[in-house]
Amino acid sequence: MSENPEDAPEHCPGVESQDAGKASACAGCPNQNVCASGEARKPDPDIPKIKEALMNVSHKILVLSGKGGVGKSTVTANLALALSQHNEDDENVEVEPAEVGVLDIDLCGPSIPRILGVMGEASHGSASGYSPVYAADNLCVMSTGFLLGEDEAIILRGAKKNRLIKDLLYQVDWGTLDYLLIDTPPGTSDEHLTITNLLSQVGVSGAIIVTTPQEISLLDVRKQINFCKAVGIPLIGIVENMSMFVCPKCSKSSTIFPRIKGGVEGVANEMNLSYLSNVPLDPVIGKCCDQGKSIFDEHPNSSAVAAYKNLATSVIKFCEENQDFVKSSN
Amino acid sequence: MDKVDNIILVLSGKGGVGKSTLSVQVALGLLRAGHRVGLLDVDLCGPSIPAMLGVEGAEIYESEVGPGQEKGGWKPVYTPLNDDANIENKLAVMSIAFISKNKSQPVIWKGPKKTSFIKDYFINKVQWGELDYLVVDTPPGTSDEHLSLIESFKMSRTKALIITTPQMVAIGDVRRELKFCRKAGLPIAGIVENMSGYVCPHCAECTNVFSSGGGEQLAEKENLPFLGRVPIDPRMAELLDSGRCFEMKPTEDDDDSSWNAINDIVNKLKEIVSG
Repeated sequence: MSENPEDAPEHCPGVESQDAGKASACAGCPNQNVCASGEARKPDPDIPKIKEALMNVSHKILVLSGKGGVGKSTVTANLALALSQHNEDDENVEVEPAEVGVLDIDLCGPSIPRILGVMGEASHGSASGYSPVYAADNLCVMSTGFLLGEDEAIILRGAKKNRLIKDLLYQVDWGTLDYLLIDTPPGTSDEHLTITNLLSQVGVSGAIIVTTPQEISLLDVRKQINFCKAVGIPLIGIVENMSMFVCPKCSKSSTIFPRIKGGVEGVANEMNLSYLSNVPLDPVIGKCCDQGKSIFDEHPNSSAVAAYKNLATSVIKFCEENQDFVKSSN
Repeated sequence: MDKVDNIILVLSGKGGVGKSTLSVQVALGLLRAGHRVGLLDVDLCGPSIPAMLGVEGAEIYESEVGPGQEKGGWKPVYTPLNDDANIENKLAVMSIAFISKNKSQPVIWKGPKKTSFIKDYFINKVQWGELDYLVVDTPPGTSDEHLSLIESFKMSRTKALIITTPQMVAIGDVRRELKFCRKAGLPIAGIVENMSGYVCPHCAECTNVFSSGGGEQLAEKENLPFLGRVPIDPRMAELLDSGRCFEMKPTEDDDDSSWNAINDIVNKLKEIVSG
């Protein structure tokens, strides 16, 4: 699917439509001649390049939420750590740890480098593409955060974000990966349309939706679930983040976000999704994120680590039992 | 927009820091102080404001076409809905949530459509009338929505209210937002640090769940006013989630820090805006 150009008129029939360039709305559009020539209906030339760059990546997983600040980046980073350290199967037989990559397409607020302790590092270019930055031997990261100065903002309108995301997919030397986790910004916007469109043409395992228990977040989760269904991305399940607060002094639990209706489990049941894990609101998680330290190293026996390991197990199982979704081309 | 005296753009680089929550609380605080206040929710993908105010199902009234006009305007939704109070004493609210028939269906719009919707409808079609303050809640980031607002508002009567949580992960994004504001020539009223501390209901120990002090340090470093800290308050979270914001009031406990914090922020904001 090509992008409709920014200067398209309000009732643009779409650049791939049979009426492209020929509808009444097209009169006066600067792109009219290009559309009428059928140029825009040609297949996207970047898709084969993306397929080639990702051909040795076994499972691509999107991490979404509708709502901002629910912990997508935190969950993505910790799931990546859990997957990269998972070394035992269900029968306690030792398995080779997976090769894991994280792609951070939050162009405005790229948090992954800080959380994984590789902030300030640079990605180097070579003949085979930009090298991702390694947070561990078997965990690599690519983010716009590596391309920007510390305070620089990416202020892009829709179409330019599409280009940047494509570059992050095929200009990076991903190598051989078992899992590529893709952290996204909040919402259902240009970045989401671009990444779901691209991945559905090259193959995607599915999406994980992260939420907190708040009704305000669940409103957006339902939208996100419907978005995934509309674009055909399989849903791996829901993660409930910040479920309960555990006091570091008295160890008692309290509810910071009171559940008004059925909470996250209610939505999972209502929309027929797996409830993958529930992660507590533990101040050590935030502290580790800020310091770029691994909670698996610093607090290996915490309930947060147990929750992330649980999530990793569910994700591994889903990938083993389901085939990738690929949109059939006409 | 001609009769709107002051526009407060509530911004953050980071998602989920409490922009919508604080937009509502600041708007209500200004209303309680006797001002005429509007609240515009420009978050097209995740519009939270109507749900927080309990007015999700409200319909927009389209006024008749007047002389010299091509089409009618939109009246904002005035809330509380069932109150007999004069419109001037109510909050004027506008959001895409009033237009979406099914709140579970996502708005999946690309940049140009978002820009034209914001300009054609929210800016040019809504009849705000005379307002002392228009508080504008924005989505996270620095994208089409923010650019269309910068292009539409007079910077001389617009100020940014920056919301952050204390953590470095948030501060990093907020620094980018400050850079955006400066590049765009948008004056910054100040910084608010939200979710600043949680008091355990069992042992009264205050825990800095999302770290501490980041917002104040940022304000100092950037030479910007620090307007205050708002703690994590499950009671406020519950009222927002159930659309009962108007029921927020101080408790009998004198040390009701979220109520006091918000009133302090509103007072400081008023001073800066009129100064």
